[in-house]
Amino acid sequence: MKPVARGAACPAVPVSNETVTLSHGEGGRAMRRLIRDQIAAKLGRGNVQLHSDAACLGRITKEIAITTDSYVVSPLFFPGGDIGSLAVHGTVNDLAMAGATPCYLTLSLILEEGLPLATLGRVIDSVAEAASNCDVKIVAGDTKVVPKGAADGIFINTTGVGVHSTGQRMTASRIQPGDALLVSGPIARHGLAVLAARESLGFDPPPESDSAPLHRIAAELLETLGDDLRTMRDATRGGIAAVMHEWAEESANAMWIDESQLPLLPESRGVCELLGLDPLLVANEGTFVAAIAPHRVDDALSVMRSHSRCGQPAQIGHARARELSPVLVSRGLGADQPLDEPIAAMLPRIC
Amino acid sequence: MKYLDEFRDGRASQSLLEKIRQRVTRPWVLMDVCGGQTHSLVRYGIERELAGQVELIHGPGCPVCVTSTELIDFAVALAMQPDTIVASFGDMIRVPGSDQSLMQARSCGGRLKIVYTPIDAIALAQRNPDSQIVFLAVGFETTTPSTALAVLQATQLGLQNFSIVPAHVRVLPAMETIMQLPENRVEGFLAAGHVCSITGYDVYESFVAKHRVPVVVTGFEPVDLLEGILQAVTLLEAGKAVIENRYSRNVQRHGNPNAQALIDRVYEIDDRDWRGFGTISGGGYRLRDEYAQMDACRKFARLLPPSARKDSECRGADVMSGKIKPKQCPAFGKTCSPESPLGAPMVSSEGACAAYYRFDPITIEARQ
Repeated sequence: MKPVARGAACPAVPVSNETVTLSHGEGGRAMRRLIRDQIAAKLGRGNVQLHSDAACLGRITKEIAITTDSYVVSPLFFPGGDIGSLAVHGTVNDLAMAGATPCYLTLSLILEEGLPLATLGRVIDSVAEAASNCDVKIVAGDTKVVPKGAADGIFINTTGVGVHSTGQRMTASRIQPGDALLVSGPIARHGLAVLAARESLGFDPPPESDSAPLHRIAAELLETLGDDLRTMRDATRGGIAAVMHEWAEESANAMWIDESQLPLLPESRGVCELLGLDPLLVANEGTFVAAIAPHRVDDALSVMRSHSRCGQPAQIGHARARELSPVLVSRGLGADQPLDEPIAAMLPRIC
Repeated sequence: MKYLDEFRDGRASQSLLEKIRQRVTRPWVLMDVCGGQTHSLVRYGIERELAGQVELIHGPGCPVCVTSTELIDFAVALAMQPDTIVASFGDMIRVPGSDQSLMQARSCGGRLKIVYTPIDAIALAQRNPDSQIVFLAVGFETTTPSTALAVLQATQLGLQNFSIVPAHVRVLPAMETIMQLPENRVEGFLAAGHVCSITGYDVYESFVAKHRVPVVVTGFEPVDLLEGILQAVTLLEAGKAVIENRYSRNVQRHGNPNAQALIDRVYEIDDRDWRGFGTISGGGYRLRDEYAQMDACRKFARLLPPSARKDSECRGADVMSGKIKPKQCPAFGKTCSPESPLGAPMVSSEGACAAYYRFDPITIEARQ
């Protein structure tokens, strides 16, 4: 991209020192330039329609899926991703997990006064790259600037539009006792990566986020398994535990997990042990859980393995007829233990 | 992770459970002193497996739970001062004070930073020369050496804007207090393994002789805990009151002399107000006078609260002294939960009430 002209007043100021000011949000020339040069130019042709208040998407004949999500991660950049790629992957994955093919995204930015333009540039580059990897177009957007202290660098909202190719609905009410619970790869990576980066915990190597798009693997699973794929869910905030509780409630069954089968990288396990965290409660951003008919476990695992990002997929348990506890964990000792829903923020223990 | 897998091995645990059941001729009452032990006992369902044979009373070994309401109020008052940042371990921030927790104070504009080691608080002081950084120094003997080190470092660096709220507590005087309670039922102790890694276990010899109770130094994983319980019931069945070490991979007889020297250099033993217990003689540490300028209680004495309001319905004290199980508290699971705790044992991941709330099947089922 060409260096952006910034007007005659400060030709000598290097790009890296420039920051977002309130005037970038006031609807005048500064704002137009910011959007044109820092955002639209980076997103590339075929994306944002700059000179219209609304994007026209043309005729969509299939059933439409829509989802929206806001991203406020701190720090903005962490090993394995950043707020830009996350804002694309997160929304794309919500569509993919619902069985839809992601097509369009909107991109709303809330920028804090004082944000370096170089930082904004890196984030938008990351949005553009992720959108391209996910085969989605960014068709509309908005930019607001708030005074210093009223936001934390950048907040992003993306709304995603997709289409249902098969018409198959993914709902947990389809889960039956005996259905297998599969996880697509090592768990707890995103939550640990962000925690370690935010608190400068100094792990070497630092834990890396699993942030990644899931639309291709989701589409292939759906195509391969058809009705035998009951439902799937990316295990974001609240981790696997939150998904299991939702599924137990929606299906009126119990979810049973064998702790010894959970795929967990040795470094993630080390961090969890050190900080006293349960990996079942830690967030993921490119790892999902699927409930499938028990006779299709091998087929599903084989699809998961064929997608290189999904190292170590595994069956971690199964659905059971509900007795008392909605979610049970076998910890290899005595009776199964109930797993509680995540409560409040994870607070590391102190000794 | 080999050491963890070994000490969580299901088959080894089953075999130990069987041995305990065979060894026991009558029900025994043991106290697991440390909150980390409570957490594992409930998480792995060990308590249920031994029901009717070994009753486990969960002791006061959660430093977050026993920190006095006055000190929380003091920390809240500090956080609300302009140009003051309170640095704290994460567990502390939701502990209710008289009016507010630190987390609530933050939502009202108080300045609070969660740190993972006291050394992080020193770095915070260096980065914020115009702010006073006050570190909330809680913990048993396990964390005391690291805050002693921070005080020494801050002194060497000549940091004028760093101080600590010395809230460290000592395990042995608390065990002494429990033995003197008229309603005490404890017949043997599982001593806190990590505390013993600092203090050693020779310090328990006079306690054992005085009270005629066996004490077994015990770790935190299921196999560690079951070995500790097996050893304790073996001693009880044989009528022996001795101190034994079943956490030898971490604990030596005389403990860690370097850590002890650090504590001794910076702190002196002092009486301490324990939440739920009142004042325990020799129950904590105060900073030595030569480090008075690092003592937030002296530096900001004008902010020390007169005395705190009593916790309303909370019977955390009775839980920590083993009088009642968490479920017997009238507030448990009703007006008191981890989302809105009335007392500290419901806040900390190591608190007995929180452990029951999270892992006890009957409790979880009752909530559904």
